Amino acid sequence: MGVGIEVSNLNAWYGSNHSLQDINLNIPGNHATALIGPSGCGKSTFVRCLNRMHETNPIARVTGTVRIGDLDIYEDCTPVEIRRRVGMVFQRPNPFPTMSIYENVCAGLKLNGYSHVHALDEIVEKSLRDSALWDEVKDELKKKSGASLSGGQQQRLCIARALAVDPEVILMDEPASALDPVSTAKIEDLIFQLKSQYTIVIVTHNMQQAARVAEKTGFFLNGRMVEFDSTHKIFTNPSDKRTEDYITGRFG
Amino acid sequence: MGVKAGEHNLRSKVRTVIDGAATGLAVLATVLVVTPLVAIFVYLIYKGASSLSFSFFTQIPKPEGEPGGGMANAIVGSGVLLAISSAIGIPIGTGGGIYLAEYGRGTKLANMVRFTADVLNGIPSIVMGLAIYSLIVYRQQHFSAFSGGVALGIMMIPTVTRTTEEMLLMVPQAVREAALALGVPNWRSVISITVKTASPGIITGCMLAFARVAGETAPLIFTAFGNSNWSVNPNQAISALPLQIYIYAISPYDDLHRLAWAGALVLIVLIVAAVSLVRYVTSRGVLKGAS
Amino acid sequence: MNANVPEIHISQAQLQPEQEPPSGQRPAEESAIRRFLLSRGNSAIADRGFSWLMLLCALSIFGIVVLIAAELVQRSHLAWSNFGFDFFFSRFNNPITGRPNYWDPVNGHFSALPFIYGTLVSSFLALLLAVPLAIGVAVYLTEMCPQVLRGPLAFLTELLAAIPSVIYGLWAMFILVPLLREHVNPLLIRVLGWTGFFATDNPTGLGFLAAGVILAIMILPIISSLTREVMTAVPHSQREAVLALGATRWEMIRMGVLRNARIGIVGAIILGLGRALGETMAVTMVIGNAPEIRRSLLSNGSTMASVIANEFAEASSDLHLSALIEIALALFIVTIIVNALAQLLVWAVTRGAPARVN
Repeated sequence: MGVGIEVSNLNAWYGSNHSLQDINLNIPGNHATALIGPSGCGKSTFVRCLNRMHETNPIARVTGTVRIGDLDIYEDCTPVEIRRRVGMVFQRPNPFPTMSIYENVCAGLKLNGYSHVHALDEIVEKSLRDSALWDEVKDELKKKSGASLSGGQQQRLCIARALAVDPEVILMDEPASALDPVSTAKIEDLIFQLKSQYTIVIVTHNMQQAARVAEKTGFFLNGRMVEFDSTHKIFTNPSDKRTEDYITGRFG
Repeated sequence: MGVKAGEHNLRSKVRTVIDGAATGLAVLATVLVVTPLVAIFVYLIYKGASSLSFSFFTQIPKPEGEPGGGMANAIVGSGVLLAISSAIGIPIGTGGGIYLAEYGRGTKLANMVRFTADVLNGIPSIVMGLAIYSLIVYRQQHFSAFSGGVALGIMMIPTVTRTTEEMLLMVPQAVREAALALGVPNWRSVISITVKTASPGIITGCMLAFARVAGETAPLIFTAFGNSNWSVNPNQAISALPLQIYIYAISPYDDLHRLAWAGALVLIVLIVAAVSLVRYVTSRGVLKGAS
Repeated sequence: MNANVPEIHISQAQLQPEQEPPSGQRPAEESAIRRFLLSRGNSAIADRGFSWLMLLCALSIFGIVVLIAAELVQRSHLAWSNFGFDFFFSRFNNPITGRPNYWDPVNGHFSALPFIYGTLVSSFLALLLAVPLAIGVAVYLTEMCPQVLRGPLAFLTELLAAIPSVIYGLWAMFILVPLLREHVNPLLIRVLGWTGFFATDNPTGLGFLAAGVILAIMILPIISSLTREVMTAVPHSQREAVLALGATRWEMIRMGVLRNARIGIVGAIILGLGRALGETMAVTMVIGNAPEIRRSLLSNGSTMASVIANEFAEASSDLHLSALIEIALALFIVTIIVNALAQLLVWAVTRGAPARVN
């Protein structure tokens, strides 16, 4: 089951650059939420604040609260702990180059000390099935390296890797922007199926993609969240003029 | 009109001649450089091969003046010394490289460490031997394989550090982020992901450092000192291949000179093999999957 | 506000945002995964411990250099307090023979002047011989060489750098020195003897010239490979600009590449100098080991490194030992300065790309 995310007064700085200003929103559990906006508007930064990945940059600073479920991720736990509950899929597929497909999928478990080797086979199969990759790789799980797959397959491998640790939330930072249209369609179908079991937050600058997969959409501009509402409303009858300008293509 | 064209042609010709001369000189330089190399190898093989025999690899040197004998103890001694030096140089060097690439990247401390490693690299090997003599041998009042191993190990550190850092920096940030996003602790990510991805290159660096110190003589003169008998005790003086070559070369006996040539051939074959292997691994693409 | 959004297709599922999503079927195993991961703790201790360990390794590099420097300073104190700066500059004369006698362990007189002289002469002779050849090779390999030959030739120069010093010395002792003795030196004496640099009093073939030649062979690969690196760092646009003006290939190399890289090439030369200053084994085997200052390049001499290698085993007194260590300290300081200067110059041209020196 996915859990909801509650963001209150989130501000983020990279050094002296105030990248996120006063973000407030409630992301519903077990839905897909899309974040759209022009380049540099802060949507990627926002998503990285949800699993504290922005902290990998030493000059990053955050104030405000983010609650995932009933957990305040900044007060109640460490970055390592929250990242085990919140999975992330990146813009460019990044399977581990020295590992086979099998090892890639269970990397999150093995590197965290999971030792029940006999259970791994089932976990790997389920994760690969859930990410629609099983049929294509089931014969070469341990022989092929993760990096030898095609771009679309690699991204689904990364999704399988994220799924294997049974997260509550899955964050996706423009997951299909580096892929061809066929792979993109497959990924979108995947998201459609996964959102019933997980809470998915997807950053995209492809508005059609947001409309296809997400129930709710948030529009970011210059570090602020301008509007957050059901996808249908955002794309047919936005309340803010800036949202309307963006979706009609006047900028961005 | 005609005069100007003539002048122009003359200048053109002169420039062409100069161009040809420059090319010729460059080719000459290359030939002059390659010649001693070939000469050294040829002579080594010629002189060394005739003295190589089974006894070379199995016997220790005979008392001075007596024919026969071998350098078996020197080969074993070199092995012991290199084992000790690797045990010191590789961990410290790798750790330093990991620090520079993963923890201290861009900090002033890291720059200082890198500069210090370069300083360490430039210290003449004889000075290094002298310093270790003063620090260890003098205090212990005896020569030892341990002190020789320490001297060689310290000399391995800069090469290993520099190569480790370079190879780690080549691992794409995306790979690190993938590990961190799974909730893998930083230390585990560094070891099992980053270092593992860069490991072919890191191993190459270790081999390079190994090959370099395998041929070092000067630091061993006052630390390992040499030993004409069998010895593997780290607390005793020990023989080493390059050291033995030196001692035999400057001795007045022809027999020992021949042994020196044989030893030199063995040493050069090992080093060339190591360097070639390094080259081969590097040229095939050190980071096969990471890009 | 009615937005005009003709391209966007809202899928059916989106039109019932209030609909409760079906709860996923989760086998009991997966919540076991979640439980397992939640129980793992945050590894903060392991993280901190590991990073401290790496820092320790890095700092130990620093510590080692400091330790070496401190030990050298401390153990040379005896000689320093006895001779001061005179150690490096003064001339002693043997009271009996009237001839200069710099290094006299018996009487406790130590002056390092002959060794400084020997180091400088052999090193500069080596540079004189090596630099033109190294730059020639670098130019050939970078700009003129056909692609097929480039790899093997570069590999050969790399091999030259990997040959141990003692093997160079062996070859020099038994091949080079007789060659000099039989053929080269008599020629030099005949042709250039009038300059005073080639005297006849040392028929062994050992001496400064032998040391200079073998040193030249040894530092050549370093200078050459570093020169090649700075030459390749010069951007192609520079070469093209010169060629577009109608230059010949040599003119392009001279004006487009060498001129831009000259700072780095100077750095490469200085790095070669640094290596020559500290070179021990090969030099010791061919320089003749006499602590004297002679004008003739064919006479025996000694360098700072060779005297340490030769005399250490038989150092008779504490003062003798301390004098040798003071020479080592001087060598230490000089090579640090020279190497640092060289690195700075090379970095200035390659702009931070790591200088790979074998």
